[in-house]
Amino acid sequence: MAITSDPPKGGFRVGMLFSDTRYRSLTFQAIAAILLALAIWYLGSNLLQNLAAAGLNISYDFLGEPAGYDINQRLIEYDSRSSHGAAAIVGVLNTLLVSVLACVTATVFGVLAGVLRLSPNWLVAKLMAFYVEIFRNIPVLIWIIIIFTIMTTVLPGPRAFRGDDPASTMFLGVAAFTNRGVYMPGPVFNNPLFAVGFLNWFLVIAVLIGSFFGARGVAKWATNVQFETGIRPTTWYFTVAIWLLPVVLLLLFMGLSWNIPELKGFNFTGGLKIGGPLIALWFALSIYTGAFIAENVRAGIQAVSKGQTEAAAALGLRPGRVMNLVVLPQALRVIIPPLISQYLNITKNSSLAIAVGYADITATLGGITLNQTGRAIECVLLLMLFYLTISLLISFFINIYNNAIKLKER
Amino acid sequence: MKATPFLSTMSAAVFVAGMATGATLDDVRANGELKCGVSTGLVGFAAPDASGRWEGFDVSFCRSVAAAVLGDPEKVQFVPTTGKTRFTALASGEVDLLARNTTWTFSRDVDLKFSFIGVNYYDGQGFMVPKELGVASAKDLDGATVCIQTGTTTELNLADFFRSNNISYEPVPIETNAEAQQQYLSGACDVYTTDASGLAATRASFENADEHVLLPEIISKEPLGPLVRHGDDQWSDIVRWTLNALVTAEELGVTSANLAEMQKGTNNPEINRLLGTEGDLGAMLGLDADWAMKAIGAEGNYGEVFEKTIGEATPIGLARGLNAQWTQGGLIYSPPFR
Repeated sequence: MAITSDPPKGGFRVGMLFSDTRYRSLTFQAIAAILLALAIWYLGSNLLQNLAAAGLNISYDFLGEPAGYDINQRLIEYDSRSSHGAAAIVGVLNTLLVSVLACVTATVFGVLAGVLRLSPNWLVAKLMAFYVEIFRNIPVLIWIIIIFTIMTTVLPGPRAFRGDDPASTMFLGVAAFTNRGVYMPGPVFNNPLFAVGFLNWFLVIAVLIGSFFGARGVAKWATNVQFETGIRPTTWYFTVAIWLLPVVLLLLFMGLSWNIPELKGFNFTGGLKIGGPLIALWFALSIYTGAFIAENVRAGIQAVSKGQTEAAAALGLRPGRVMNLVVLPQALRVIIPPLISQYLNITKNSSLAIAVGYADITATLGGITLNQTGRAIECVLLLMLFYLTISLLISFFINIYNNAIKLKER
Repeated sequence: MKATPFLSTMSAAVFVAGMATGATLDDVRANGELKCGVSTGLVGFAAPDASGRWEGFDVSFCRSVAAAVLGDPEKVQFVPTTGKTRFTALASGEVDLLARNTTWTFSRDVDLKFSFIGVNYYDGQGFMVPKELGVASAKDLDGATVCIQTGTTTELNLADFFRSNNISYEPVPIETNAEAQQQYLSGACDVYTTDASGLAATRASFENADEHVLLPEIISKEPLGPLVRHGDDQWSDIVRWTLNALVTAEELGVTSANLAEMQKGTNNPEINRLLGTEGDLGAMLGLDADWAMKAIGAEGNYGEVFEKTIGEATPIGLARGLNAQWTQGGLIYSPPFR
């Protein structure tokens, strides 16, 4: 067949924008984009016009003014004379704190429940199914309130610890579980290297990171020796020493001692306090999201074909190694992408904190500050920007991890 | 394109908000009902009763305004608002009038662009503690855990009070009165603080009200009053003079019981002017001549409403105190109807 039916050559006519399939879709997309831009422009100008008509303007000057309110849970120095901006930062740190804690524990709960749900033991499997169905089918706000209410009513108040024959006593004499939170011995440095408290902790963390790389180096050396000689040298005492020695020496040098909480006046003072609202929010978010993660994990494991397990067993691997070396690395590829959305959910659901009086960013900037300054649009814009940034960052980092473990196609 | 949904949602919200300027009186007449912002439930001030009908001090004021404007005290749509949502509701035009024990402050009046039309209750922030704590003064509260309703002036007063007395405390911010009550009763906080009237109302709902005491310190001035948006002077005049009419009615002895008789005409020209049998005060406001009579007829005069909703005969049990007529040594005082 020598005859090819070339499309007719010829000048471009305007009518072809609609009649020709080559251009039609582009035309419609362009029209849609223009309409969308017009709509956004209309809404935006309407917003500004109405704000101007109401005598309001968008201004972030309020962030520099004194906030005038106190916050009970704070990771940095803050008092009622600090600015609204400082209150917002306290809120941001509190949101990040509870999100990170909840992400870690939710993952632990989720992986445990997901693996156990596939257990051959009928009772364990059914218990885990029960956990998953109960927790993921009731809204998280209800869980937060239930857990907080149970905590405040079941645990004793600090008053119960008072008197010669108190109704409650401290756990091992050092920790108190009250309905306002858990009071534990807190570490203090008698001979700190830095005047600013958290710099000392940065030093400790830096030393631990150094130990991590040291331990990795030892493991690498052991693997090399194993490849060369076939015998893996015993390294566990090196590893333990690398982890413990530097940090213990540093802590001893800085004069670590423990500050034990004691009942003074209305409350326990001294030591480390983990507030009731934080515990309730943390626990509720972990256990609720854990149920979803459990289902992700179960789906991931079941996605690995049974032949893989059987083949690994046929090679003589023990069940634990089959799980660690064969099933989980493949399952992770299915588990990680939906895990991102669960982490995002935790971060976003942490905005329910105000239900139990936890001062997250929604409670400080989007609550008290918004209310006291009346700058609703400014505060809500900042809130949206914050949650958007955090969510995108979480997605970004987990996607890096996902790329590292995904199937390498060459 | 990521920004698109949030921008448009936001501007859509504000777009609706922006429509609410212009003559509020015409809007209310066109709608046939008054949209009145009240509290989500504070017994005595605004709470639905067993049959779901809103009752209370603030609710009565809404009914009086509806009676003055529309001639029918039942033509009110009550919009429950929290401490956080109330100002947005008013600014956006979701309500025509906010009567929600709101403290008159400089920044709310000037910066948030609202007009407080007067004071219908002189309040102050107080503290409630369990009797067993043995606390006699708020200055003994060093180190205490304090429950506060968030989004109110109380958390600012509290910070100032503890700061100026150089004592420490731990705030527990709570969203609603009901949650604060639960926290306080379970002992998660030592102290509950809010306006003294609110404390009395909350205590009245406790099973063992006797086990709790209000501390003598009143740490702030809280003049509570209804408010409207800036920029509609006719509407704020109507609401302001409705309140003044209720106050003047009590001062002149006009009650819901003798209203009909008074309307036939009296020897007191001020009563005649108030009730519209003499002069044309109603027309000046753009209302009927008997607007004040209808307002008073709705739930009674200021004193009657007070006694019926929060007075000493009710479970709330508030004495008139500062809220007595100026002739009785209180601060309730209306400009003359002339």
